[in-house]
Amino acid sequence: MRSVLGDRRAIAVLLGPALLVYTVVMLLPMGWSLGYTFTKGNLIEGFSFNGFGNFRTLWHDPQALAALWFTVKYGLVVTVGQVLLGYLLALLYVFVLRRSSALVRTLVFFPVILPTVAVALMFQKLFAVAPQNGLANIVTDALGLHHGDWFASGAGAFVVLVVMDLWRSMGFYGVLLYAGLLDIPEETLESARLDGATGWRLVRHIVGPLSWPVVLSAVVFSINGTLKVFDSVLALTNGGPGSDTTPLTLSMFRTAFTYGDYGYGSTIASLLTVVCLGVTLILVRFSRHDLTRG
Amino acid sequence: MRPPRTPRSLALLTTVTTASLLLAGCGGTGASGGGDPAQFSLLINDDNHIVQQELTALGNGTCATQNKALPLKVQTAPISDVDQKVQLLAGQNALPVQFAAGNAPALTKTLDKAGQVLDLEPTLKKLGVWDDIQPAAVKTVRNLYGKFSVMPYQFNIEGIWYNKKILAEHGIAVPAGYDDLVAAAARLNAAGIIPFSAAGKVGWPITRLVSGYLYRELGPDALQAVADGKAKLTDPQYVRAAQAIADLGKAGYFGPGVGSIDYDTAVQQFLTGKAAMFYMGSWELADFNDGTKDQVGAANIGFMPFPVVAGGKGTADQLPANVGLPVAVSAKSNDAKVEDWLSCITKNYGSAALKDQGSISGFTPTSGSGTLPPLTQLVQDTIGRTTTSTLWFEALFTTKATQTSQSNAAPLVTGSVSAQDFMQKIQHDLDNNG
Repeated sequence: MRSVLGDRRAIAVLLGPALLVYTVVMLLPMGWSLGYTFTKGNLIEGFSFNGFGNFRTLWHDPQALAALWFTVKYGLVVTVGQVLLGYLLALLYVFVLRRSSALVRTLVFFPVILPTVAVALMFQKLFAVAPQNGLANIVTDALGLHHGDWFASGAGAFVVLVVMDLWRSMGFYGVLLYAGLLDIPEETLESARLDGATGWRLVRHIVGPLSWPVVLSAVVFSINGTLKVFDSVLALTNGGPGSDTTPLTLSMFRTAFTYGDYGYGSTIASLLTVVCLGVTLILVRFSRHDLTRG
Repeated sequence: MRPPRTPRSLALLTTVTTASLLLAGCGGTGASGGGDPAQFSLLINDDNHIVQQELTALGNGTCATQNKALPLKVQTAPISDVDQKVQLLAGQNALPVQFAAGNAPALTKTLDKAGQVLDLEPTLKKLGVWDDIQPAAVKTVRNLYGKFSVMPYQFNIEGIWYNKKILAEHGIAVPAGYDDLVAAAARLNAAGIIPFSAAGKVGWPITRLVSGYLYRELGPDALQAVADGKAKLTDPQYVRAAQAIADLGKAGYFGPGVGSIDYDTAVQQFLTGKAAMFYMGSWELADFNDGTKDQVGAANIGFMPFPVVAGGKGTADQLPANVGLPVAVSAKSNDAKVEDWLSCITKNYGSAALKDQGSISGFTPTSGSGTLPPLTQLVQDTIGRTTTSTLWFEALFTTKATQTSQSNAAPLVTGSVSAQDFMQKIQHDLDNNG
């Protein structure tokens, strides 16, 4: 083995293909996109050099700032929601339903496999006010809380979006964390119980710390997905009302492909990259810190 | 230990492979780009049934010879994707022979500058069919694009369609002034009828009202002045127009949930008698004349121009006119077979569309089209009388300003965006172009 890995040619042959594909599929487009940030124009008109013009525009662009704020807000709320609901589901599977949890797990997981657009259409109807009231409005009206048009205000649309995405993805995080909880040795739980730890105390002092690594991976999964949210927004609200629910991804897509400004679109993309990189670095730091302590 | 030759040759190999992959990826096959096209391809928005059906009908009938030489091939895309698709295809020199001109005329102008759009005037003159285009359509197309660069498969005027029966039942005369219109809406609303059916989800049916008001108050040059930089949308007289329409929304005259109402629902609300008035273009005639969709009955539908604003410079006979979402012809795939098609279409489309669909186009109907449905006749007469036409609100905007305008239309009438902010957002996009 050592002789194989000691051979440079063998290393090159083993790593080469993967490295090549990675370079062509990931690094080149990224470099290309970075190159676009210094240009102006599009495929039809051709490109011209624009220096740091796009970055200056970005700095003063209220729409980009609003999109950044929405992305962060959405990312935080949905990540916390997804992981928290997933964790609660996992606790439910392991400690309440135990061996009979298979059916519930399947049912809760089901929305994960549905196409986003279909789910979005369903939620549009659920929260509709015209041409007729959807289920959500029928219920709120019956409770005496008249809400009106959910999609007429940014806050209302945001609530529907968050509810939809949580419903859509909590089953996935439930299963992910369930697998993590199953890894906790039964003996540990048993001895904790003998020591008098039950209910909340058991979760707080035993289950929580022991499942921390898997929770952290769930958070990494989740935040990377939510910061790059695109399809559910496009299908549910199309970024509206106005641009109140427009994340950076949609803003980037529109700028590049609808407004025909590839340079500025790439600049927004690089902002998103920086945000994702920042968050990932924080998370990595966090996990290292915790591992050394534990 | 080892000679450094190996990594270097490997690096070379990597470079060569990468380069060849890149070339393969970027070269493309350019299916219908440049040169002789194999098909008379047409890329069009999927909700535009009239043009697809009529061209198919021509291909099977009058233009069968042309269709045999160069078969018609229709591709559709949702209207919101047409702009993107056209831009990408243009970037690869792979535009279809005919393609729906973008949602914003600015895109077609850009394509034209890049030499992708065929200037139809010399072509049609050469083919001897230029006289088959209606002068009003020529004028409208030139207003929009600066030259005659699209096939006017539709020619529309816009105004307010009203339910005669509902208005009569509530003792309301057809409003001639804007104040009368508001008073009529108040009365209808009090009686539990939705005064205006409007598709807030797509936005443009609402911004059309803003431009309608602008043209009546400031005259037919109101938006040209903005395009020329002589006026700003944030000027008080412009904001007033947005405020007037926002007030209609505030009073609830568009019915509940206007932001969620899509185009089809808006049409349905009007044609099932739930709403009394409907601002729309004459392309809706096809639905009005269709007994299965129109429960109100074509005889019960009337047409009024956008009413005059007291003390305003505009008059009621200045109608907004357009050529629908028109279709441009790719300059790169024009050849004798395509010209044959264009000639046949120009000669025959006008009468065929009028006869089959009751739809008015910018082509002169040459042969007799029989007796027209009364509403269609009314529209055609109105077009004949119109001397000055205006454009829609976003006609001279950039794509970005168009998007901003249309996506903020519903918030404007539901009150989540003020009239000042609405105009400010659009003006911001107009100012930051280029």
